Amino acid sequence: MKIAVASGKGGTGKTTVAVSLALVAKEAQLLDCDVEAPNSHIFLKPTFTDTSTLTLDVPEVDEEKCTYCGICRDICRFNAITVFGETMMIFPEMCHACGGCFLACPEDALLHGKREIGVVEEGRDGSLNFAQGTLRIGEAMAPPLIKEVQSRASGPLVIYDAPPGTSCPMVTTVRDADFTLLVTEPTPFGHHDLKLAVTVLRQLERPFAVIINKDGLGDEQVAQWCKDEDIDVLMRIPFSRQAAEGCATGQPLIHTMPDLEQQFEAMLAKVVSGGAA
Amino acid sequence: MKEILILSGKGGTGKTSVAASLAALMPDKVLVDCDVDAADLHLVLAPQVEEQHDFISGVLPEVDGDKCSECGLCAEQCAYDAIVMDDGPQIDPLTCEGCGVCAWFCPEEAITMADTTCGIWMQSQSAYGPMIHAALDPGEENSGKLVSLVKREARQLAEEQGKQWILVDGPPGIGCPVIASMSGADIVLAVTEPSASGLHDLERLAGLAAHFKVTTCVCINKWDLNEEMTRRIEARCEEYDIPVLARIPFDEDAVRSVVQGVPLVEFSQGPATLAMKELWHHLEKEAYQEGEPRYPVLGDGKITLSS
Repeated sequence: MKIAVASGKGGTGKTTVAVSLALVAKEAQLLDCDVEAPNSHIFLKPTFTDTSTLTLDVPEVDEEKCTYCGICRDICRFNAITVFGETMMIFPEMCHACGGCFLACPEDALLHGKREIGVVEEGRDGSLNFAQGTLRIGEAMAPPLIKEVQSRASGPLVIYDAPPGTSCPMVTTVRDADFTLLVTEPTPFGHHDLKLAVTVLRQLERPFAVIINKDGLGDEQVAQWCKDEDIDVLMRIPFSRQAAEGCATGQPLIHTMPDLEQQFEAMLAKVVSGGAA
Repeated sequence: MKEILILSGKGGTGKTSVAASLAALMPDKVLVDCDVDAADLHLVLAPQVEEQHDFISGVLPEVDGDKCSECGLCAEQCAYDAIVMDDGPQIDPLTCEGCGVCAWFCPEEAITMADTTCGIWMQSQSAYGPMIHAALDPGEENSGKLVSLVKREARQLAEEQGKQWILVDGPPGIGCPVIASMSGADIVLAVTEPSASGLHDLERLAGLAAHFKVTTCVCINKWDLNEEMTRRIEARCEEYDIPVLARIPFDEDAVRSVVQGVPLVEFSQGPATLAMKELWHHLEKEAYQEGEPRYPVLGDGKITLSS
């Protein structure tokens, strides 16, 4: 089973929940899909045994063969190719790797160049299998790297630490999961972004439930809304300065607040048995 | 005219709270929310929408069932696996990148690329000045394009009205929408928090700012939650030649002000409000400092991760 931990709003505690969940599970794998800002490794301190670089095929021109006909420019909807006179310019950073130019070139004059998207690292922390993607700085396209991280999924229980937001990186992560836990906080920001995230999951027709983190800090509107919408709130993690301080130094929540361990175990059992949502 | 862009790398460090307070402190500006897939600034500034426009950006394939011979070439050539053959091509709009390869090569010319609306953008009036903001439809792509559009509209409005400042609340991360939001910014104000994650993601953001050569300043939010980590962040900023403009203390009034929907500086006279005022004072000085842009210096260009 694959469980994604997502949120809409950033900083609500996705990584906190994902790490604790992975640690209470007997046999699990944690995949950090927040490739723009991967943070799970800070809490797990894994030893990496395998590193690979993900590249995308971008066009390079073979000047010998090119006739400057401009078909590659015409098919490219991402403005990555310009041709004027006998000059052809390719902007590899604009390329979305659709492959259209390679297919369209009548002279077979395009060579497969490479653009690095990022790095995938795999390793373990004790009995926990772990992998993460790190987007190359300056790279805009996160989804191919997220999919590459997800391709490393193995074992009976896989947990995805998702990126924030509700656009393509988040969608890429949650649509590959069997169940999504949406972590929110009891504030107007948390509430607003939770509603957006719920819209995405309903559109995708994926089961989900909510965890309210930093409970007690704001007000009751999130809990009330979940009740009105008939959404399960599986856990309420109380706000505590002690938890925040532990988190700041890279301590997993269940180590700072051992009392929560049982609650995480119970929640995991409920999700795995299909009793949630 | 100076454009201040608020970013963070890590989400939830307080970008929008800082943006709301700066909105109340900064005179003569256009406000912009570039976090188009989870925009929250309007929750605090309560703008009245004056104009609303569709964001037509994406293109999606449309299949003419009468012409389609179900040959399957489109599904075979799609680099994103967005098409499956099931009684004709079935296109998944969330996976489709809109590249048009399917339409280009379809031997029956059965596929056309049609414009799609992926969200809205708005021009509004708030108590703190005009505001340009947007809402990407949940689950959509093209957030970078919507960010570029929102920024272009804001810049035009600021020029028309002769505004002195543009204040931009940015998205988290360092990917597509962040890169789009950096274009044209005079200063990136990175809001971080004293945690290992905050520092890690600040370093990635500093790397991006160095890559695009944008002047960067830092403020440390909730600094007193971990004083040692605050000192580590300050040491790292010194190494990168990034000024730390202010330390904002943890203050429950910050949360209360969000719940009330009021910028912190108008809600409380507590310690965090004082720090916000200090931040604005230093930011204003930084923006009008003479000389070359001070983008982060990362030694050999490689980021040394602190974790």
